[in-house]
Amino acid sequence: MELSDSRVIKASPDAVWAAILDPEVLKACIPGCQEMAGSVEQGFEATVVQKIGPVKATFKGAVQLMDIVPGQSCTISGEGKGGPAGFAKGDAKIKLTPQEGGTLLEYAVEAKIGGKIAQLGSRIIDGVARKLADEFFAKFQSVVEGPAEETSDEGGEATEKKGWLKRIF
Amino acid sequence: MPKDHGIGASQKRREDVRFLTGRGQYTDDINLHGQTYVYFLRSDVAHGKINSIDTSAAEAMEGVVRIFTGADFEGIGGLPCGWQVTDRFGQPMQEPGHPVLARGKVRHVGDPIAAIVAETKEQARDAAEAIVLDIEELPAVVDMKAALAEGAAKVHDELSSNLCYDWGFVEDNKAAVDEAIKNAAHVTTLELVNNRLIANPMEPRVAVGDYNFANDESTLYTTSQNPHVIRLLMGAFVLGIPEHKLRVVAPDVGGGFGTKIFHYAEEAFVTFAARQIKRPVKWTSTRSEAFMSDAHGRDHVTKIELALDADNNFTALRCETYANMGAYLSTFAPSVPTWLHGTLLAGNYRTPLIYTNVKAVFTNTVPVDAYRGAGRPEATFQIERVVDKAARELGVDPIQLRRQNFITQFPYSTPVAVQYDTGDYVATMDKLEEIMDMSGFAARRKESEAKGKWRGLGVNCYIEACGIAPSNLVGQLGARAGLYDAATVRVNATGSISVMVGAHSHGQGHETTFPQVIAEMIGIDESQIDIVHGDSSKIPFGMGTYGSRSLAVCGSAMVRATEKVIRKAKKIAAHLLEASEADIELKNGKFSVAGTDKSVDWAGVTLAAYVPHNYPLEDIEPGLEETAFYDPSNFTYPSGAYACEVEVDPETGKVQILKFAAADDFGNVVNPMIVEGQVHGGIAQGIGQAMLEAAIYDENGQLQSASYMDYAMPRADDVPFYIVDHSCATPCTHNPLGVKGCGEAGAIGSPPAVVNAVIDALASGGKNVGHINMPLTPHRVWKAINS
Repeated sequence: MELSDSRVIKASPDAVWAAILDPEVLKACIPGCQEMAGSVEQGFEATVVQKIGPVKATFKGAVQLMDIVPGQSCTISGEGKGGPAGFAKGDAKIKLTPQEGGTLLEYAVEAKIGGKIAQLGSRIIDGVARKLADEFFAKFQSVVEGPAEETSDEGGEATEKKGWLKRIF
Repeated sequence: MPKDHGIGASQKRREDVRFLTGRGQYTDDINLHGQTYVYFLRSDVAHGKINSIDTSAAEAMEGVVRIFTGADFEGIGGLPCGWQVTDRFGQPMQEPGHPVLARGKVRHVGDPIAAIVAETKEQARDAAEAIVLDIEELPAVVDMKAALAEGAAKVHDELSSNLCYDWGFVEDNKAAVDEAIKNAAHVTTLELVNNRLIANPMEPRVAVGDYNFANDESTLYTTSQNPHVIRLLMGAFVLGIPEHKLRVVAPDVGGGFGTKIFHYAEEAFVTFAARQIKRPVKWTSTRSEAFMSDAHGRDHVTKIELALDADNNFTALRCETYANMGAYLSTFAPSVPTWLHGTLLAGNYRTPLIYTNVKAVFTNTVPVDAYRGAGRPEATFQIERVVDKAARELGVDPIQLRRQNFITQFPYSTPVAVQYDTGDYVATMDKLEEIMDMSGFAARRKESEAKGKWRGLGVNCYIEACGIAPSNLVGQLGARAGLYDAATVRVNATGSISVMVGAHSHGQGHETTFPQVIAEMIGIDESQIDIVHGDSSKIPFGMGTYGSRSLAVCGSAMVRATEKVIRKAKKIAAHLLEASEADIELKNGKFSVAGTDKSVDWAGVTLAAYVPHNYPLEDIEPGLEETAFYDPSNFTYPSGAYACEVEVDPETGKVQILKFAAADDFGNVVNPMIVEGQVHGGIAQGIGQAMLEAAIYDENGQLQSASYMDYAMPRADDVPFYIVDHSCATPCTHNPLGVKGCGEAGAIGSPPAVVNAVIDALASGGKNVGHINMPLTPHRVWKAINS
């Protein structure tokens, strides 16, 4: 299963790069991540709870950053074992390109599942993976960009609305 | 008036009383004192090297009795293959080992790695999660042609390649067939897939192993179609237990369809483990496990070419098939694409020259073996699709093209080694046209057109070889067992009868039909007769039930044993009546002296046999019990013609089956209602294959259709009411009952009719499509319409 997408993050490539290497950021962004420990050099140990179709399982696994070109690109590679639920593993190739107003983050994910999640969830796995990738990068974007009202116009509107609502109540 | 008694009576199935009231005794209903439970930890990768299995944490868990891995089976045999195929070059097939628990490598998703025996099922399952596996995933081979490519990963490192065998049949015909195809006026070519199926019997497999250390006897209770075969294979080849110390019991079994013929790892494991831990061990398959551990069926990829002369006579047939064996050779796997398939390629036609090449291939998938029809559905599908395509290409009526090429003289020796003893293909086709109301089709098509639907009519014929079979013949063909059967007729003192038969009933209704035969022969009521089956300690011997063989082979053994009983009973009657044995007649349960009013009834004779006060002890022994083994001299050849009418929605590609008719020749019929039920079930499974079912692997060898969410079984609204007829009977010439077998016909005869009907419907809508692979899902049909 493969999917790829891109999004523009309103931060410098260096700031985006630093976030990618920060285990706390990864932990906050990986959907269902319960624990994350380790380092870029040694790799990370992660515990992730996920529900795919009818199967809910705790995946314990390793996350590694490979093919690192500082500030430009890397591959995040993960492998999780979910006991009787089977396994999931995948690579996300990430590429950063400076762009006016921020950084273009492109990603290409290749994932493989096995065991019960493949047997019971293969019909829906594409949708699930797309949703998880979306969630990850949306979260990543918000973490890197910081609280929305500081940087975006939309955020500004929201703040205004809040103020407006406050005035009513 | 229809008969209500004996042969030909549609008696209600007596076994249904217990099945329908929840009183069946299935293997899972057996619970023994001190029983433990086993959970199999199975591979979730298709191909991998086992670096280590750490069971230490799991072993310490509550309730765990013992954990077994492949290492515990050091010095123990592997699961044997019961059929050896010799390839085109005279070499035996490549035959890999098949360990009970994986050793060194795992070769398919579902391959058992460790077996956890615990006090409860739940404890066993929990402990399995604590086992730490280090398995290095290897590239998997899934596609057969890719598996044969240079440099492909090998499923078995000890073999030279993934090719099990390259079989040619009849090899001597090859050059002549090639020549005939080159010189033909017309050649129709078709490439097709016979989709991989999963049998899905209602009852999943179960095995309970027990060991009695007082007499060193092991007992295996298992969901099997052939307990004696399991005793032979497991005792002699896997565990080294002599027959007199091994009992195999297959009680009520909830459907088999072939997949319960084979000897499975779980059966050997529970028997072995019970001896090791000196406690009973029970395994009950979950449905999820069944998908990845029951042998699958079909999975052939075929190219077929039919050559015709200028007058549309078939002159030659050439086929090339790739047959998936899966990761290991299941018990009868090698025979399915060869002797159960190649020998049927003449079909119902006088094609003088036939050659088929079959390459059997190992892949990282669940083993593939016989499934209802086994080889014959694949042969029938190829022939009947290519004949239909030829008719379309030549612009001739498909029924007429078939009729023109029918075999009409019997016995008929085909160019593929078998001899059909009887048949009347014209009669079944005539009958089909009548019961299907084919003359009304044009009007029905118009009605559909008015609704914006395309209506199609598909027809096909089939021939199958059943009653498998003569031992001396199958021995020459590579079978490692004989294929006779046996029965003991035990007459009790008061005249009631217990018949111990080698056939096993798991839906066929033997408990009803077999007594009908004996009741007819002796002239007593069926209620006096019971059938005993499924227990190696009770029945003399038996090769079990598959290949539509029970009545033709085991039923014949029962007839022979009953004849012996009657001969002896006549001697006793002659003594009691003070007459000559030659003058004794048996009619309606009464022995009488011809031409006199002197008689003695059945119970009078049987009582004398067991209370021999007035008895010819100097001539015959007391008691009345006889055994017979019966080995047929040929296969039986049921045949028939099937028709299907469909409506296709051109907007969505959805196919609705509106009408289905089957005209079968099963020879003589003992219980018409049961025969009809067998045909219904077979057609439902054939429609399942044609319309719905497919086992799908992804490129990594993950089974994606491993639950009923993704593997579509036929439901009531997927099948029409069937019109079935078996009045065109040409009795088998070589068994005493003249029966041919009806168990597989429906599954063999129906898929081509469905596909032919859909192709016909599309043609009526102006879409000339050569072929659509099964299952004919709306998506596939829509794509064919819109391509």
